[in-house]
Amino acid sequence: MFAVEELSAAYGPVKALNGVTFTAARGQVTAVLGANGAGKTTLLRTVSGLVRSTAGTVKLNGKDITRTATEKLTSYGLSHVPEGRGVIAELTVTENLRLGGLHRATGSEPMPVGRVFELFPRLGERREATAHMLSGGERQMLVIGRALMARPSVLLLDEPSLGLAPRVVSQIFDLLRGLVQTEELTVVLVEQNARSALSIADHGVVLNLGKVVASAPAAELAADEQLRHAYLGF
Amino acid sequence: MQQFLDTTLGGLVLGAVYAAFALALCLIWRSTRIVNFAQAAMAMVTTYIALSLINADVPYWVAFVAALAAGFGLGALIERVIIRPVEGKAELNAVILTLGLFMVLHGLTAITFGVQHRGFPAPVSTNAIEVGDTSIGITPFGILSIVVVAVVMAGLVVLFRFTDLGLRMRASAFNGEVSRLLGVRVGRMLTLGWALAAAVGAVAGMLIAGGDLVNPSFMDPFVIYGFIAAVLGGLDSPLGSVIGGLILGLSLSYVTGYVGEHLAPLVALGILMVVLLVRPSGLFAAAAARRV
Amino acid sequence: MERLRSLLRPVTSVPLARHVLVALIALVVAMAVIGSSSQYLQTRYAEMAYFAIAAGGLTLLTGLSGQLSLGHGALMAVGAYAATLVLERAGGETLADVFLALLTAIAVCAVVGVVVGVPAARLHGPYIAGATLTLAVAVPRLANQWEALGGEQGLQVPVPRASELPAWIQDLIWFFTAVEIDQYSFLAYLGWLLLAITFVALANLSRSRVGRRWRAVRDDDVSAELAGIHLGRARVVAFTVSAMCAGLAGGLMAMNVRLTAPGAFTITLSLTLLAAVVLGGLGSLTGALIGAGVLAFLPHFATDLGESLGFSATQAAEVTPVVYGLVLMLVILLAPAGIVGSLRPLLARISSRTSSLGATKEKTP
Ligand SMILES: Nc1ncnc2c1ncn2[C@@H]1O[C@H](COP(=O)(O)OP(=O)(O)OP(=O)(O)O)[C@@H](O)[C@H]1O
Ligand SMILES: [Mg+2]
Repeated sequence: MFAVEELSAAYGPVKALNGVTFTAARGQVTAVLGANGAGKTTLLRTVSGLVRSTAGTVKLNGKDITRTATEKLTSYGLSHVPEGRGVIAELTVTENLRLGGLHRATGSEPMPVGRVFELFPRLGERREATAHMLSGGERQMLVIGRALMARPSVLLLDEPSLGLAPRVVSQIFDLLRGLVQTEELTVVLVEQNARSALSIADHGVVLNLGKVVASAPAAELAADEQLRHAYLGF
Repeated sequence: MQQFLDTTLGGLVLGAVYAAFALALCLIWRSTRIVNFAQAAMAMVTTYIALSLINADVPYWVAFVAALAAGFGLGALIERVIIRPVEGKAELNAVILTLGLFMVLHGLTAITFGVQHRGFPAPVSTNAIEVGDTSIGITPFGILSIVVVAVVMAGLVVLFRFTDLGLRMRASAFNGEVSRLLGVRVGRMLTLGWALAAAVGAVAGMLIAGGDLVNPSFMDPFVIYGFIAAVLGGLDSPLGSVIGGLILGLSLSYVTGYVGEHLAPLVALGILMVVLLVRPSGLFAAAAARRV
Repeated sequence: MERLRSLLRPVTSVPLARHVLVALIALVVAMAVIGSSSQYLQTRYAEMAYFAIAAGGLTLLTGLSGQLSLGHGALMAVGAYAATLVLERAGGETLADVFLALLTAIAVCAVVGVVVGVPAARLHGPYIAGATLTLAVAVPRLANQWEALGGEQGLQVPVPRASELPAWIQDLIWFFTAVEIDQYSFLAYLGWLLLAITFVALANLSRSRVGRRWRAVRDDDVSAELAGIHLGRARVVAFTVSAMCAGLAGGLMAMNVRLTAPGAFTITLSLTLLAAVVLGGLGSLTGALIGAGVLAFLPHFATDLGESLGFSATQAAEVTPVVYGLVLMLVILLAPAGIVGSLRPLLARISSRTSSLGATKEKTP
C-alpha cells in the first residue's frame, strides 16, 4: 500500500502542494487528475525527493519514506517514471533497460531484459537502436519497461499519454491494466487525460491548486457531471 | 624522405600523448559540462609526486602507479570540494574556477619543488632506434608511450561499453535526474568521472616527462593542446578526442619540423579557429549541432 | 550645501560631465600622492595605472558584453612590441615619441582586436576561453621566431629623459607637487593621466547606446537579436575597444619595464588580469581599479610573506600567483559578484550614484 498524508511543498513563496492526502491500494490503479498547474507533477516529484517536502509523510507498505534520498527509492520498491518520458536518449534500448535493472527492489529476483521484450514486442525489434531514434509511443513503452526492470511494488507514472495518438494511449493503458494484475503492481497514474485514465483506474483523486478536491472510486468520479466540468474538462 | 618519416613518427608519439590528455578533458566534459583548464596542472603535480618517489629509489613502475593513484585521488578531491558547488551554474564560473586552480597548483608545486629543471627518468631507452646504420625517428620510450595510451583507451572502452559501472557513469553524464530516479548515485559517478580523468591525465604527464626535463611549467602547453585536440574531436566523443589528438600531434610535428618550432602554438590556434568556425561540433560529430 | 548642489546640477546630471569631473578630481589627488611618494612607490603607481587600463578594457568586455578573454596578455605583448619598435626607430627621447609610440600600440591592437574579435564573437564560455588562452600562448612565442623582435632576450626600450620634457610640463608638475619631475614620476604621471582619460571614455561608452546594447547582448542574446541588435558587431566592437586598452597598457608597460621580452607575457599575466577583473567584480571600473591596485602592490607583500615563511627568493615569488589563483577560486565560490558587486548594496545605501559600469547580476554572464 502507498499512502500520502498531508504532504506539502513549495517553490520559494509559491505553495504548489498543500496538505495532500490519499492512499493507493495494492493491485489497483489510482488516477491523480487535475488541470495544468494543479500540482500533479509536483506531487510525484515530492514523493521521490526531487522536490523537498515542507510537511507531511509518505508511506510505502507501512514504512515511512518521506525525505528518503531519491537514489534509494527503487530499492524500496518505488519506481517513478517522470513527465516527458525520461529515456536516456544517448543509450540504446537494451542499455536503458539494463540500467533500470541495476538497482532493483531489495530481495527481488532480477528481471531478464527478454521479459520486457515479451511485454513490448516493438521494443524487442529495436533493442539495439539508440533511444533518441524511438517514436513517442516506443519511448513510453521503454520507460515503463525500464521501470518494471526494478521490480517495483509501486509505480508512479507522470502523464504517459502526453503527446501520443489516442490509439497508442489506449494500447499502453491496456498493457498497464494487464500488468497491475500479473505483477501485483500498485499504480499511481497522473493524467490530464481524465477520461482515458478513469476508464482503467479503480480510484480517482482530483487535485486543484495543490489541494485534493475529490477522492472517490473512478466510476463515481466519471459519473459526477459537475466535478467533471469543473476540474476534468470532459 | 628520412626527415618526413622521422617527423611523422615523432608526431604520432606526440599525438598519442595529446590524445590521452584530450580524452581526460572529454571524460570530464561529458559528465559535468566543464572544461577542466586545471587538468595540465593536476598532471604536473602527480608527475612531481612520481619524481620524488623515483628520487627516493622507488622503482619506476611503482612510481608510475603511484602517480596514477595520486591523480585519481586528486581528481576526486577536487570534484567534491571545488567543482561540486559550480556544477550546473553559469559556465563562466567553472572556467574561472579551474583557471584559478591552475594557478594555485602551479604556484604550490613551484614552492614545494622549486622552479629549476630536473631530469626525469624513462623506464626504457630514449635514444632513437637504429635499423642497420640509419636511426629512425622513434625511440623505445616513444613506442612504449603509444602502447600505454592504447592500453588506457582500451581499458576505458571496456569500462564504458561492457560494465555496469560504465553504464551508470554514462547514464549519470547524460541525464542526472533520470539516473537518480533509477537508483544511480549520480554524485558518486561524477566524482568517479573526475577521478578517472585525472588518472588518465597523470598517465599523460608521466609520458611527457619521461626522459626529459621537468619544471612546474612543463605541462603548460598541454592546457591548450589538450583542449584543442578535444575540440577537434567534438569534446563529447572519446574516439574523436583520440583522433583529434593524433591529428594535432602530426600537424604540430610537421610545423615544428619544417617551418619553425615557435609557430606551433599559432598554427594550433589556426586549427582550433577553423574547426570552431567551420565545423563547430568537431570533425567527427554525427549530426547533433553544438553551440560554441 | 543645497545651493552648491543646485549649482553643480548641470554638471552632475550629464554623464560625460560627471565622469570628467570625477576623473579630474581623482587625477589631482593621484598627482599629489605620486609627487610625494618614494621612487619605489612611484613605480608601483605607474604599474597600477597600466594594469588598471588593461583591466578596465577587460572588464568592459567581460562585464558588459559577457565575453571572456584570456588573451589580453597577448594583446599587451602586441602593444608593448609595437611601442618598443616605434621608440627604437624614433629615438624615444621626447614626449612626441612617447605619444607616437603609444598611439601606434593602440592602433596596432585595434587591428588585432578586430581580427581576433570577429571569430571570437561567435564563441562562448569554455570555447572562447580556450581560444583566447591559445592566443596568450601563441603570440609572445612569435618574438622567438623573428630576429627583428629580439628573440628570447627581447628588446631594450629607450625611455624619455625627464630633462627633455617641455619646460611648461616641468613647471606645471613643480607647481603642483613642489618636486622636480624625474623619469619615474614622469611615467607614473603619464600612466595616471592616460588612465583617467581611458576610464572617462570607457564609462561614457558604457552609458551610451552602445553600452546598453552590449548589456542586452550579455543578458540574453536571443532577445537582443530579436530587438534588432547585431550580436556579432556589438561583440566585435567591445573586443576591439578592450584590445585597444590592452595595447595602451602594453605600451606603458614596455616603458616601465624597459625591456620587452616574450618571458614577460606568460599565461600567468593573462590570468592575473582576469583575477583583477574578477576580484573587482565583473563590469565595474572601480573594481578594475581596485584589482589593479592589488596586482601592483600584492607581489611585494606576498614575496615578503614567502620570505618570512623561510622560502628562497624564487619560491617566495611564487606566492603571488598562488594568491591570485586563490582569489579567483574564492571569489567564484563565495562572492561571485566580486568586491564591488558584493559591496554594492551597501554602497547604494550610502550614495545613490556610483561610477560603475552598470549592475552586474548575481549570475555572472
Ligand atoms: N520548478 C518550478 N519552479 C517554480 N514553480 C514551479 C516549478 N514547477 C512547477 N511550478 C509551479 O507549481 C505549480 C504546480 O506545477 P506542476 O508542474 O506540479 O503542475 P501539473 O499539475 O503537473 O501541471 P501539468 O498538467 O501542466 O503538467 C504550477 O503553478 C507551476 O507553475
Ligand atoms: Mg505535470
